[in-house]
Amino acid sequence: MTRKNNPDLPLADALQRAADNAGKPRAYTRREITSKIAQTSVAALATLGLGTWLYDRETARAEPLIKMRDHRIARPAGAVDMAIARGPDAVENVRKALKAMGGLETFIKPGERVVVKPNVGWNRLPEQAANTNPELVAEVVRQCVTLGAKEVWVTDVSVNKVEQCFARSGIEAAAKAAGAKVVLPGSTGFRAVAVGGRVLQTAEVFWPFVDADKIINMPIVKHHGLTNATMSLKNWYGVIGGHRVRLHQEIDQSIADLAAMMKPTLTILDATRVLLANGPTGGSLDDVKRFDTVAVGVDEVALDAFGAGFLNRSPSELGFLARAVAAGIGTLDYKSLKRVEL
Amino acid sequence: MRYLWLRRVYQATFLALFLFLVGVTTISFISGYPVEWFLGFDPLVAIATALAGHTLFVTLAWSLPLIVLTLVMGRFFCGWICPMGTLHHFFGWVGKLRRVPDRVKLNAPRPAYTLKYYLLVGFLVAAVCGSAQIGLLDPIAFIWRAFTTVVMPAADNTAYGVYQGTRHFSFGGVIAILFIAALAMNLWIPRLYCRLLCPLGALLGLLSRFALFRLQKDPDKCKDCNACGADCQGAAEPHGTLRVSECMLCLNCQGRCPRDGIRYGFLPSPELTTDRLDLTRRRTLTAALGGLLAVPLLRAGSGSEPRPSPLRIRPPGALDEPDFLARCIKCGVCMKACPTGGLQPTLTEAGLEGLWTPILVPRLGYCENLCVLCSAVCPTGAIAPLTVLKKVGKPPHQEPVRIGSAFIDRGRCLPWAMDTACIVCEEVCPTSPKAVYFKLETVVTRDGSSKTLKRPFVDLDRCVGCGVCENHCPVYDEAAIRVTSVGESRSAKNRIMLTGGRV
Repeated sequence: MTRKNNPDLPLADALQRAADNAGKPRAYTRREITSKIAQTSVAALATLGLGTWLYDRETARAEPLIKMRDHRIARPAGAVDMAIARGPDAVENVRKALKAMGGLETFIKPGERVVVKPNVGWNRLPEQAANTNPELVAEVVRQCVTLGAKEVWVTDVSVNKVEQCFARSGIEAAAKAAGAKVVLPGSTGFRAVAVGGRVLQTAEVFWPFVDADKIINMPIVKHHGLTNATMSLKNWYGVIGGHRVRLHQEIDQSIADLAAMMKPTLTILDATRVLLANGPTGGSLDDVKRFDTVAVGVDEVALDAFGAGFLNRSPSELGFLARAVAAGIGTLDYKSLKRVEL
Repeated sequence: MRYLWLRRVYQATFLALFLFLVGVTTISFISGYPVEWFLGFDPLVAIATALAGHTLFVTLAWSLPLIVLTLVMGRFFCGWICPMGTLHHFFGWVGKLRRVPDRVKLNAPRPAYTLKYYLLVGFLVAAVCGSAQIGLLDPIAFIWRAFTTVVMPAADNTAYGVYQGTRHFSFGGVIAILFIAALAMNLWIPRLYCRLLCPLGALLGLLSRFALFRLQKDPDKCKDCNACGADCQGAAEPHGTLRVSECMLCLNCQGRCPRDGIRYGFLPSPELTTDRLDLTRRRTLTAALGGLLAVPLLRAGSGSEPRPSPLRIRPPGALDEPDFLARCIKCGVCMKACPTGGLQPTLTEAGLEGLWTPILVPRLGYCENLCVLCSAVCPTGAIAPLTVLKKVGKPPHQEPVRIGSAFIDRGRCLPWAMDTACIVCEEVCPTSPKAVYFKLETVVTRDGSSKTLKRPFVDLDRCVGCGVCENHCPVYDEAAIRVTSVGESRSAKNRIMLTGGRV
């Protein structure tokens, strides 16, 4: 049969081909071959592209460091720098002192995220005066909430087991009842921060202190075996994690370095009950004396200079204060500041 | 047949090259040789460490051409290049059965051979979780580790240490047993390690599904004698539909075929080769889940974090522990290169996750002050590239690289406990000013006379943890001055002194 005189050419052709190839494996079609080559090429190019993108000569690299923000506010000329309130009711004291400073509303704006940092270092009862008075914390939280703060975080990087510190100090219950979120630090949530101090270069700072718009420092005045006193500046030990016990090798300068890194909006110093000996942990009520005083201010050094008096120390005896003054953090001469005593 | 000989020449050449590179990895000969080269072009090491460490270390860029070649040509690496594969091939030949039908049966595919793909999935998921456990089974890491810790030391020690002095590696016996077992498996089924376990083979198998060139039989010539299957290294079924992923291109099928019925060519018929792997979705997911769970289980069960073992003294330049474990494949090249033999495989010091990773054992060998060989040979950058200036902390680098700190045990120290003069730790201390220094103390000895002794102290601001003091301390078993890992530069936490100010 010739092709010429056959009307069913395509069909016959196909039949003929099928007969020829019977039992033989079929070959790839042109379309399949194109597709195969395309797939292989894409895989090869993807390999080379990824390889180039990920190419690395130096596997060791420094961790990126963040810088802490300045949380202070500009204050009008003639504003009160420090207010000291005395009286048997601690909550009334902090109310009066805040009011004398112009009211908390001059410091906290609606919608802001505020972190309140009491000293919750130890698994101790409020009466033992190793931690900040929970009633004061509650009052400050309540005022922040009333002012429309978006978040009020209460936190501290405790020395003892943090859950027990917050429970036994009464601060967790009081702060929660007042509307705060109590943030308990675990093994995560610390951010590498550039300190750039004289002895501290970097530190692991707990996230609320990095994220907050405003920071209120709420230390308690108490005795400390190494530094003689722990108040506002020393309270910043509780914002960092890491292997921080090493700070005691250079405690005075470390405190000054941390204090230079932290620029709080406001500081509220609790001298309602003062631990006079066996600090910073205390334990015996015999070491605790009531002074029923709350001091509020914007100069932490001045507040600490004032607070040293409760511990029968002169500011010049406290090495960390001298370092803080040298770093330009504040003044020891609190009497030179615009001050109100109530 | 001539291609068979070509393959054998390739195998012999690459095995010889591998042995040569292993051989020159010692202080007398190493200069100028890229001894880690075989690991550099290992695509599995490249992919696993890139998944875990998020970059492709420069040495591993060698693997890119190999991947591309495999995509085009198939899994030739296993049959032609892999030194571990060549050893398996040899021992498979040693145990070869006499009768062809028996061999055909032995070299037929088995469902169990899919295991390597599941292992690969599990190991790669573990890599994504930040753990480079792939080095446990990767054949190049496996053979390097075995040669470093067992084969070479055994040979050298038998020859009285003519090659690099006697060497002893901590629990190298475990590595030896596994290496011998991997080779002995071939006496039962040829290339059983490659077929069943090798995750690199599995990876190359997956890549070879893209291969444009494949082996194929000519159905016109085939008389179904089955001879091609007698010595198939990959159990790839050349007589049926060739399994491309299993085919190592060893060409034994071609060599065996009495009618020259098998050729290697461009895209043969789709009916003569197959890309199929016979993996099930359920098993693949189980393998992935295994990898996912293995990492946290290894870590939780090891007790190595957050407090490191004091004995976990990493080589200088080693990345911080999590980054280190994301890259270290336990190949042991650094241990081989270490001129003092102090770098040793861990057993428990770095937890289960860190098994066989390198630590310095100063009693066996110290860290030579002006030496950066371990960092130079590390194929994955787990020990980051280091220069001597960077290591010793000369400008522009201010701080030296510290790997630990030395402590004096006053109960064992001669001047402290025995009123006997000794200055060895101070004498050998390489830093300047010396980290080990003396205070002169006059003591009343047992017989009542007085004696002035130089009693050693360690200045931790100077000490780099090199361990030369511990190595040379005359108290022969447990030294009176010992190094622990604390103070290592790479860690922000494992420290004593505030010096440096990283908290």
